[in-house]
Amino acid sequence: MSIGLVLLLVALALLLASALAALLLFRRDSAALAAGSFGALAACAVGLAGAGLALSRESARGASGLRLAWSLPVGGFHLGVDALSAFFLLCVFLVAGLAAVYGRGYLAGYAGQRRLAVPAALFNLLVASMAAVVLARDGVLFLMAWEVMSLSAFFLVTFEDERDEVRRAGITYLIASHVGVAFLFALFAMLAQHAGSFDFDAIAAAGAAPGAGAIFLVALVGFGTKAGFWPLHVWLPDAHPAAPSHVSALMSGAMIELGLYGLLRTLGFLGLPQAWWGGLLIAIGLVSAMTGVMHALGGQDLKRLLAYSSVENVGLATLGIGLGLLGQAHGQPALASLGYAGALLHVLNHGLFKGLLFQAAGAILHATGTRQLDALGGLRRRMPQTALAFLFGAVAISGLPPFNGFVGEWLIYLGAFRGGASLPGSGAVFGIATIAGLALVGGMAAATFVRAYGVVFLGEPRTNIAEHAHEPGASMRVPMFVAAALCLLLGVFPMAGLALVTPAAVAIAGLPSGAAIDAGALLPLTRAALVLLALVGALALLRRWLLRGRPVEQAATWGCAYAEPTARMQYTAASFSQPLLAPFAALLPRHGRLDAPRGFFPESARVEERMGDLAGEQLLVPAARRLIDMLGRVRFLQHGKLHLYLVYILVTLVALLAWQLAQ
Amino acid sequence: MIETLLHVALLLALPPLSLGVINKVKAFFAGRNGPPLLQVYFDLWKLLRKGAVYSRTTSWVFRAGPIIGLATTLAAGLLVPLTGAAAPLAFGGDVIAFAYLLGLGRFFTMAAALDTGSSFEGMGASREATFSSLAEPALFLALAIVCIPAGAFSLTEALRALPWADWGAARPVYFIAAATLFVVLLAECSRIPVDDPNTHLELTMVHEVMVLDHSGPDLAFIVYGGAVKLFVFGALLVQLLVPVSTLDLLPGAAAMVGGQLALAALVGGVESVMARLRLVRVPQFLIGASVIATIGVAILLYRGHA
Repeated sequence: MSIGLVLLLVALALLLASALAALLLFRRDSAALAAGSFGALAACAVGLAGAGLALSRESARGASGLRLAWSLPVGGFHLGVDALSAFFLLCVFLVAGLAAVYGRGYLAGYAGQRRLAVPAALFNLLVASMAAVVLARDGVLFLMAWEVMSLSAFFLVTFEDERDEVRRAGITYLIASHVGVAFLFALFAMLAQHAGSFDFDAIAAAGAAPGAGAIFLVALVGFGTKAGFWPLHVWLPDAHPAAPSHVSALMSGAMIELGLYGLLRTLGFLGLPQAWWGGLLIAIGLVSAMTGVMHALGGQDLKRLLAYSSVENVGLATLGIGLGLLGQAHGQPALASLGYAGALLHVLNHGLFKGLLFQAAGAILHATGTRQLDALGGLRRRMPQTALAFLFGAVAISGLPPFNGFVGEWLIYLGAFRGGASLPGSGAVFGIATIAGLALVGGMAAATFVRAYGVVFLGEPRTNIAEHAHEPGASMRVPMFVAAALCLLLGVFPMAGLALVTPAAVAIAGLPSGAAIDAGALLPLTRAALVLLALVGALALLRRWLLRGRPVEQAATWGCAYAEPTARMQYTAASFSQPLLAPFAALLPRHGRLDAPRGFFPESARVEERMGDLAGEQLLVPAARRLIDMLGRVRFLQHGKLHLYLVYILVTLVALLAWQLAQ
Repeated sequence: MIETLLHVALLLALPPLSLGVINKVKAFFAGRNGPPLLQVYFDLWKLLRKGAVYSRTTSWVFRAGPIIGLATTLAAGLLVPLTGAAAPLAFGGDVIAFAYLLGLGRFFTMAAALDTGSSFEGMGASREATFSSLAEPALFLALAIVCIPAGAFSLTEALRALPWADWGAARPVYFIAAATLFVVLLAECSRIPVDDPNTHLELTMVHEVMVLDHSGPDLAFIVYGGAVKLFVFGALLVQLLVPVSTLDLLPGAAAMVGGQLALAALVGGVESVMARLRLVRVPQFLIGASVIATIGVAILLYRGHA
């Protein structure tokens, strides 16, 4: 058992122990909170060290493992770490550590209103179960850890369960989660039937199953529900805003990426992929990315906007995985490594900047009590540090140099260009569709986050909600600064990110380690970033020198000589995005209510508008209704008469005995 | 070394001359004498010697907008080859960096516009977001048409690999790419029919209204940055139509200068004979450019690009 695995197990134990400690300190909120978050922080630090060690030992072959006895008739207790697990553990512990520190300050604001021991313990349990999902090397253990993860997330999402929309969001999340798990049960049943055992080593050794395409589709639906592929994403925009902000940060930054981990693990079992798998993933990725970014662009609620942006970013990572699959299927290792490396790097980057943005949104909610964009404005005067952190996150998530989001997208673009150039026929079409789709999504994402940053932090306050805003405490600000600094550092020095990603990318693609991307290819990115920063500095100095001794005055913003400008005249978030969304209006259903002014002396008027989700309204809800109607016809079997239920049991027993005798 | 110096000298010195040519051509169409060819240089000199007025609503973002806009445009200019030699910062994959550097400049220009808390600048930022988001796919598809047959993803290598010897079969696709790039140039550099650089009615402006509150050196940086952006896109377009990369250093530079001035004359002609499109038609115009580029890509794929 390698030292990396030992450290990871210690981290797991620390998380569970601190969860228990928090529960035992049930009566004292602040002590429970402190126990939970310090325990989580220590565990994440140890876990990061363990994951780093596991990555650096090139343990792609011969994963080190721990097996213990277990008394269930199926499965076995087998934990282990290989390159793919180590990378995802790195992502999980990084996001979780920052979220744990932030959560301490965030939940402290609720002290006295509700008990904090249970959410503190549940947070640690959630992180532990996520780590267990990635460490599990047995199908039954994987499913148990997955269920614990889903359930602890459910209880954390419904933290403020006295509110209607939170309860509804929680139930939606629970339903979606269990639909996904049903497919995962089917997936592991199929894999185990082919291999004869649930153990991952046995499944990998059994080689390609005959029904590999069907297994791939089942895995796609099962893991896609968690990851948020379109149209299975409908739970995301409800659940992430309803959860407390540190939980939203963890869910968006790490939990949905575990859906991608599961998909990659399954692809590892299925051997050489078929080309249509890559095409299907690219199609799903493009559709998810485009619908996600469009809904984010039109969103009025800051956290809902960020949740849709998570759907978009998972779509981008899926594009990378699809390109990697195409490369593998067509025997082009360069394309495969570009695709997988881009996807994994995007997963890491997304954890960082999405966690940062959700934490900033939580700070805004904490300070002003609202998430509505059009009620805010000018917050940078009262919260300058949060504003700067949000700006770093916004530029990073738009994929702009010199931040880290650009590097992941750059790798995926290069994969798409290379695919367009070197893949035959239909593969090249997918490559070029990826290029055009990425370009559109990138432009709209930049528009989304300029809008979010500008409407919330810049200009003047649109209502007086923001008048008593204040900076959050240090425990809420420090994680944001750390994430922002990492976003900039990973962007200016992308070789570090590539070094973290390469072992896993090579392991998935089954490439010889020499086919990995040359780190020297990323050196020019550093050079370009430094040249850019030098130019910015030089121009700033030039302007300062030019303005020396010249009059520099302050005046009001020019308003075309209008006599009474007010803050309500500023451009609103809804107006900003209207022209860009107008060509796509068919995809974005709007529901509105208008109470028009009546009569000659109207007293009040009100207009309300809400953007719905096409997948939910037109696809899933009608399909679910039809399913419920169909099942309603068999409901006569559930009549409540006990003596007839006993007859059912008798009939089933007799039938099973007859079948057993006949065999 | 000397190539880098020549490249930087061309990039820094030439752009305002293009603007001068555009204005002269527009004046010619209108029967006027027009401003002198070097007028933009005089304007920049005047602006650089002025003081500045800042709005009380604004913050450091407003002061950073023009600087980041100009820095990113200059950095993008260092990625595009201007003569037969390689661009100073060229590297594999710089096609993508080129587009995203310009995107970074746009992000901060829009942020600076929203910083003023004015409805005019907000309107300009919204329109800029719309037009640039819809122009991005067109730009990338045009770059894909250039890069994919060459199998090289650096602007320098892809432009060097253009098949000048094989006019008959290969050229149509590159004309399509050039047409798409011309539309993208008109959109990104705020020319008619997408935007009118001469109008002074806020409701009809896009780029001009975003920079309404800037003054002095900031305004100089913005005007100069706009000229450099026109020059940079023009460089791409000229190299698709004129075999600059096959010539030696000085003839190549002369060909580039001549091509840029001819392009400026063409832009001036287009601006003079067309009116600006209604704002709701501009997205259709840009999506149309993407469709044309897609046709070019389809021709590439079906003809086979080995």
